[in-house]
Amino acid sequence: MKILVCITNVPDTTAKISFAENDTKFNKAGVQYIIGPYDDYALARAVELKEQLGGSITVLNVGEADSDPQIRKALAIGADDAIRVNCDPQDSFFTAVQIAAIAKEGGFDLILMGRESIDFNSGVVHGLVGEMLGIPSFSPVMKLDIQGSTATFAREIEGGKEYLEAPLPLVLGCQEPIAEWKIPNMRGIMTARTKPLKVVEPVAVDELTTLDKYTLPAPKGACKMIPVDQAETLISLLKTEAKVL
Amino acid sequence: MSILIFVELDNGSIKKTSLEAVAYGAEIAKTKGTTASVLAIGNADLSELAIAGAYGASKVLHANTSELATENAMAYASVLTAAVQQENADVVILPKSGLCDAMGARAAAKLGASIVSGVTDLPDLTDGFKVKRSIYTGKAFATVDVKGDIKILGIKKNAIEAVAGSGIADVATFSPALGGGDFVAKVVSQEKASGELSLTEADIVVSGGRGMKGPEHWQPLIDLAQALGAATGCSKPVSDLDWRPHHEHIGQTGIKVAPNLYIACGISGAIQHLAGVNSSKVIVAINKDPEAPFFKAADYGIVGDVFDILPRLTKAVNESK
Ligand SMILES: Cc1cc2nc3c(=O)[nH]c(=O)nc-3n(C[C@H](O)[C@H](O)[C@H](O)COP(=O)(O)OP(=O)(O)OC[C@H]3O[C@@H](n4cnc5c(N)ncnc54)[C@H](O)[C@@H]3O)c2cc1C
Ligand SMILES: Cc1cc2nc3c(=O)[nH]c(=O)nc-3n(C[C@H](O)[C@H](O)[C@H](O)COP(=O)(O)OP(=O)(O)OC[C@H]3O[C@@H](n4cnc5c(N)ncnc54)[C@H](O)[C@@H]3O)c2cc1C
Repeated sequence: MKILVCITNVPDTTAKISFAENDTKFNKAGVQYIIGPYDDYALARAVELKEQLGGSITVLNVGEADSDPQIRKALAIGADDAIRVNCDPQDSFFTAVQIAAIAKEGGFDLILMGRESIDFNSGVVHGLVGEMLGIPSFSPVMKLDIQGSTATFAREIEGGKEYLEAPLPLVLGCQEPIAEWKIPNMRGIMTARTKPLKVVEPVAVDELTTLDKYTLPAPKGACKMIPVDQAETLISLLKTEAKVL
Repeated sequence: MSILIFVELDNGSIKKTSLEAVAYGAEIAKTKGTTASVLAIGNADLSELAIAGAYGASKVLHANTSELATENAMAYASVLTAAVQQENADVVILPKSGLCDAMGARAAAKLGASIVSGVTDLPDLTDGFKVKRSIYTGKAFATVDVKGDIKILGIKKNAIEAVAGSGIADVATFSPALGGGDFVAKVVSQEKASGELSLTEADIVVSGGRGMKGPEHWQPLIDLAQALGAATGCSKPVSDLDWRPHHEHIGQTGIKVAPNLYIACGISGAIQHLAGVNSSKVIVAINKDPEAPFFKAADYGIVGDVFDILPRLTKAVNESK
């Protein structure tokens, strides 16, 4: 079983978002970075599948050198080796082309991703990569088992779940409760230091989108507090003032 | 050149967010002096499809073969690609959803198209094709200039106000040839709550957190939701604890909602929860702790016990009807 897990290097979910250089760059100052939470689920399930079935896990990130601590963390959690495509990813399509190029060479049985990145939230890289490789893709996957060359999995659909069966290779975008997030142990952290991290240069892609500028939402006005003994007035305020009822 | 809009169906009718997508596409068609066509896949009432005309579409392509009866993003992407080619479309609009992201992505790879998901406003066509999209889970926006001969946009709820006019669209059967590769996965079974209001479509959401104390105490929240015609949601710990089904989990790692009104009951307002609700128009927080962070993100707040307040609100709603 050869598994490729694609991870993003993203600001922590509690990070304060601000921009620099005339609102054209994300302001990294003071921001803590993490492995994308959905990617973390994908990685955790990959580690469990490897324990069960044997094989290897390669982690892949399309990003600059500041991704390395997160890549090392993924190695500490249980991946065997890592590849970083050395660039500032431009958009979903660009990123997918890089991932597809690596995947084509690697001959992976399973390509696990997160359901979406938490920086650009597109939820499209799995579909793009699946189509580029000519293999099926599914998302969001919340349960996954492998028997021989068949995957059985559950996908969240509106208002419920769908259980599916498909032949490998596959691209899957993962979310909870596919596995519990794993915390690296001391031994993992020690061995991660010497596991191979290969840095490769990106393949050329025609520019499909360019960033114009970033903006922040308008600040929220003050919250109107309603005394609890007059709670019922909320309903009339929602009707006449907020006009949402 | 033309505009193509994909619409999602619910019980044979076009979903509300999809009608917004039609209005959005029609508006671009008007600016560019071209026409807007719609693609619908699956079982539908033909007169319901014709309603797309009221939102500015001139025709509807309806693909409804038996192999398309179950939702299949790969097959749907192939149908979408065929429709783009037949209509010579250069802008493709999809409402943002799991299905649309997946099919849009696969179609983009087939067509070499640029894809931008999470668009919140009409494009600015004065200098290029600039669209504003939501990023960092609603905490910021990016305006991007979309290049590429074909542009695929996934638009968020409320990106445009859809107002019905009087037009009626022609509905034509569309049945492109599909390859077997799109059907390699077998759907073994489906579990679907029936008759439930969809969280992402709902105009009002009433949501509960750990402050609701346990699954056996949910009735007052459900009663208020029913009185308001609202969908019900919950915080992550609530679905982790199996108090409520996973598909109700709202937030950073769950469903993102954008209703007109979001009522949070006994939810603290952690930043990861707020990430899923910050696109709501009006937020109400009910919490017994005056320091709960939700009050900083809310428009209206009541400090008090949910089990006292919820029944009183339900009564007030019913009395005001
Ligand atoms: C400094 C900087 C600036 C950036 N500027 C932009 C920008 O202007 N516009 C823009 O669209 N993007 C930009 N990105 C890239 C962004 O971080 C994403 O990598 C890329 O856009 C894909 O995001 P998405 O939302 O489409 O991914 P999704 O489709 O939501 O991701 C789904 C899954 O694909 C995998 N995946 C996604 N991205 C990567 C990756 N980079 N490496 C490995 N696996 C990945 C993950 O498993 C993820 O869970 C920038 C990144 C950096 C570091
Ligand atoms: C990477 C990551 C992703 C996450 N993603 C999500 C996500 O998608 N969605 C999400 O919700 N969380 C998410 N979380 C968890 C989040 O940080 C919070 O832990 C969670 O939202 C708290 O849920 P809660 O408000 O229901 O519970 P609590 O924080 O326990 O809050 C309960 C609230 O109820 C109030 N209360 C108690 N009794 C009453 C009463 N009788 N009447 C009125 N009020 C009462 C309390 O004052 C308190 O404010 C994520 C966390 C991480 C680290």
